[in-house]
Amino acid sequence: MSAFWAMLVRDIRLATRAGGSAFLALAFFAAVATLVPLGVGSDLALLARIAGGVLWVGAILAALLSLDRLFQPDFEDGSLDVLALSALPLEALSFAKIAAHWITTGLALTILSPLLGLLFGLPQQGYLPLVASLAIGTPAVSAIGAIAAALTLSIRRGGLILPFIVLPLLAPAVIFGASAVSGAVEGLSSGALGLLTAFSFAMTVISPFVTAAALRLNLAG
Amino acid sequence: MDVRSVSAENLTCLRGGRLVFRDVNLRIETGQVLSLEGPNGAGKTSLLRMIAGFLAPASGAITIQTSETKITEGEERGKFAGWLGHADGAKPQMTPRETLRFFADVYGARDDIDPKLDEVGLARVRDLPAQYLSAGQKKRLALARLKLCARPVWLLDEPLAALDVEGKALAANFIREHCASGGIAIAATHEPLGLDAIRMQLA
Repeated sequence: MSAFWAMLVRDIRLATRAGGSAFLALAFFAAVATLVPLGVGSDLALLARIAGGVLWVGAILAALLSLDRLFQPDFEDGSLDVLALSALPLEALSFAKIAAHWITTGLALTILSPLLGLLFGLPQQGYLPLVASLAIGTPAVSAIGAIAAALTLSIRRGGLILPFIVLPLLAPAVIFGASAVSGAVEGLSSGALGLLTAFSFAMTVISPFVTAAALRLNLAG
Repeated sequence: MDVRSVSAENLTCLRGGRLVFRDVNLRIETGQVLSLEGPNGAGKTSLLRMIAGFLAPASGAITIQTSETKITEGEERGKFAGWLGHADGAKPQMTPRETLRFFADVYGARDDIDPKLDEVGLARVRDLPAQYLSAGQKKRLALARLKLCARPVWLLDEPLAALDVEGKALAANFIREHCASGGIAIAATHEPLGLDAIRMQLA
């Protein structure tokens, strides 16, 4: 197996094993999406209107849950030192970790989202934009999250600072993602999905380099 | 590309603004073992991390001389280094076999995993998640990984810690074999390695 695939497969395996973060993220997402209709009440028109926004915020919070553990275990148990000296450049290592995080959280949440759309009485024309926007936008969550996770690596309880770095940077994803869904529900055409694609693509391309630089700082510390 | 020597000139190490050591010089050639000694806080681990390229020296230079070129850049130097830190790099959820396969893949090493596990005495627990292994067994796993990854310059931080008598002999034997086949080993240690080594004292 190539070094990149080995890294990707290992992280997916760790996330889906006992104590892994994949199922946790799904359960959290489902719990948040179930609670909101209970709190907002049974106004179906209102629920349909807010569905995109709530599901987007829920997906981001669920993905955030496991982000602080992206590099932390490897840093603490010495694996990161060994990996940093391997044939795999730190940039490729970061990309493999981002990809594994996305597959076990973002992709899984995307697949679950139509089911949760039902709870909000999402009209038929909303499903495709919901799934498409999450599929396109969640890589940005993992990508930006990786930067923050690498930056806060050697800070004690850095996981508490992480949301303050990640959430403001994710504002564009929430705006474009949620408006892609609500636009479709109201029958408006918008360029939201296009902008979301551009944002997510840019973040995913830039992130491995920034993440690797932050990891180097922490390896020296 | 064979490694001929590892050398350092006038190294200074600062950590958190505090001087750890200054003007450290060393030179070690193929086949030799360097035993780094000194009290806690003398900078043994920092020196190893500098050689591996993790930590930039405040001044001075570290050079790996190969049969073809001189390598001074930190990250390139790291591609020659085999690392055995005080943390073992074993994931609690992964078995010794999976751990070794993973590191063999990321190092592009030959994948003869079971013989390596036999060699370090972990054959019986090779399919047991590492959370059930003792500290000594994890150290043995790290030794197997070090050998499997087949890097010419071994950087060892307390290689004998947590090992039993037989394990210490095993580690010494690994280092001896490695150097006999043209490798270099630099070990930070508090106890005698049990083999012929050049000793260096960090104040």
